[in-house]
Amino acid sequence: MTKSVHQGQLESPVVDSIPALLNEAGVPTTEMSTVKGAARVLSVDSRFWAKAAAVMAENYVRWAAVWGEHASPDVLVKAVFAARDGHVLLCTSVQETGGALPSQTPFFPAANRPERTLQDMFGIRFADHPDQRRWLRHLAWSEDQFPLRKEFPLAGTPQRDTPPDCEYTFIPAEGEGLYEIPVGPVHAGIIEPGHFRFSAMGEDILNLEQHLGYVHKGIEKCAEGRDVQGLLRLAARVSGDSTVTHSWAACQACENAVGLTVPDRALAIRAILSERERIANHMGDIGACCNDVGFAFALVQFGRLRELWQRDSATVFGHRFMMDVVTVGGVTRDISPEHVALLQKAIVQLRKELNELIPMLCEYPSLQDRFRTTGILSPHVARTIGALGYVARASHEGWDMRRDAAYAPYQGVTVTVPTCKDGDTACRVRVRADELFVSLDLLDHFLSTLPAGKINAPFQPPQTACCGLGLVEGWRGETIAYVHLDKNGTVARYFPRDASWLNWPALEALIGGVIVPDFPLCNKSVNGSYSGHDV
Amino acid sequence: MFHVLFKSFKTGCLTEKLPPRDATLEQAGAACREEIARLFGKSMAVRMVDVGSCNGCELEMHAVNNGFYDIERFGIHFVASPRHADLLLVTGPVSRHMQAALKRTYDATPDPKMVIAMGDCAACGGEFGVSYASCGAVSNVVPVDAVIAGCPPTPLQLLQGILQALKAR
Repeated sequence: MTKSVHQGQLESPVVDSIPALLNEAGVPTTEMSTVKGAARVLSVDSRFWAKAAAVMAENYVRWAAVWGEHASPDVLVKAVFAARDGHVLLCTSVQETGGALPSQTPFFPAANRPERTLQDMFGIRFADHPDQRRWLRHLAWSEDQFPLRKEFPLAGTPQRDTPPDCEYTFIPAEGEGLYEIPVGPVHAGIIEPGHFRFSAMGEDILNLEQHLGYVHKGIEKCAEGRDVQGLLRLAARVSGDSTVTHSWAACQACENAVGLTVPDRALAIRAILSERERIANHMGDIGACCNDVGFAFALVQFGRLRELWQRDSATVFGHRFMMDVVTVGGVTRDISPEHVALLQKAIVQLRKELNELIPMLCEYPSLQDRFRTTGILSPHVARTIGALGYVARASHEGWDMRRDAAYAPYQGVTVTVPTCKDGDTACRVRVRADELFVSLDLLDHFLSTLPAGKINAPFQPPQTACCGLGLVEGWRGETIAYVHLDKNGTVARYFPRDASWLNWPALEALIGGVIVPDFPLCNKSVNGSYSGHDV
Repeated sequence: MFHVLFKSFKTGCLTEKLPPRDATLEQAGAACREEIARLFGKSMAVRMVDVGSCNGCELEMHAVNNGFYDIERFGIHFVASPRHADLLLVTGPVSRHMQAALKRTYDATPDPKMVIAMGDCAACGGEFGVSYASCGAVSNVVPVDAVIAGCPPTPLQLLQGILQALKAR
């Protein structure tokens, strides 16, 4: 059904034309207004679930997320698609017992793992799914238990000792001279746990298969029954390196649900937090990528700049990662004029340093020799997978929510979106280096135009149950949060979708032909979050 | 190459005198060296084990290795295998999916060994507690010698926590 060459999301239709496109293709839809925050919310009969995906794929609309919500005797399933200028939420329902949905994976490989996760967590089936193996479930709960069903208690019924997951079947690799390398879950570096199974021939990697889920700690289940403050403490810890991003997305979802207007000053401060988070992570990872090929100079320099940056965050926002600063209705900390001056001074200083350092990296032959042509993700593959953030932008897929589906306070602000064409590690590092300068300009803008006024609007628990979607361009890429609040304001459902869900498969796709010793470099250049994925 | 050398020269030595309230830290660092000598010989090898962390603690573990803290000057360095380790620095609530891996890592670490639970999650389960997916605190799974509170502990708190744990031994 899909065309041979993917044209990219920028060639997809505008979001308002999607309902007509679906209807013309014979997919009847009903406009809904139950979930606030998506440009369009469409209900579709479960029989048309796959056909709707086929129409989206034909039109280069990007698949972004799928999740479920138990409403006995049904499981409500919602999927997000990203069109040219915004998001469509597609809703359907399926019976909890014996219910099956036609899989969207044949049209969008990105749906593969999320659909398997829905099978693990809700017990619904996806017909025609090419891979029937479990995904997030290891052996902590049994095949006939479904943690995200309402009757399943948070405590569960775990064994005293959960056995190691030795039963997961990897795609076998056989042949003369072929061997497998199992890596993890405990890795050699200071890094999160996960399992990688390499099939290699000599030094060349033929195939990589990931097995994740090791840090699944039940965040979605934990959130149920909490108040919004409790929800936010969890959201801030979905992935520590993206604490601002996930907090903002969760807040946006709550605010959209109840129709709460956030003061302009709070929105500007959120953008300042978010851009600071982007800069801190980009600097840390650029240094780490260089270190992975033995260029310790860059690790030391970027480690130095990152440390100074984090110290400023601690001074101004009370926390080195700015954790728990974004809250429902606004932010918890204001910026004093003295702190505005401090942050502005730091921008000037950092820009000067980067102007000196970045050209050095780009011109250093032995560094670029290791980066270039290493771990190539072609534009076509990036688009087929639906890769996000700098991983997609390094492969010529230049979509950025801050520019292309702008949310407050980015509306009306010029956001440059750097892209590269080659899709190799050099491009991923380059795009992130370029994004540093874009973020510095944005920080300049938000700090110099900081609106006066309050930093928080009071959150009133809703009178009736309500749902909202949050969409934020984090440093890793598009980040989604779905929140369903009960009428007293307690959380009925929280679903965070980190960008890593889309970028982990990109790592599998770009690693073929790379030599084994370059895997850490490629992994770092993508930098998926294990915690953000496993939740 | 010249640019690189010049930049390194210009940047100079970064290792700083720690802030006033931690002026004792240099002394504690010296004491720590003695403690390490007493307990482990000349240096202490640390293996980090993330068993469910949000990765915040890992970022601060990277930070203690940057030029400002340079934890190696106290004789503490991070190693790739538990077989080489004297200390396991464990982060996160223990996800049930990592329970067996943590036990095996513990068993693979030669005696005498120490275990420090770093961060609120490892210390007491944090926001996640005990559930179908989480065993909660690290001490619910392997013996723990000391905990370092914080979400995440700052690099200084991490350094001080390790020093205190050594002294208590």
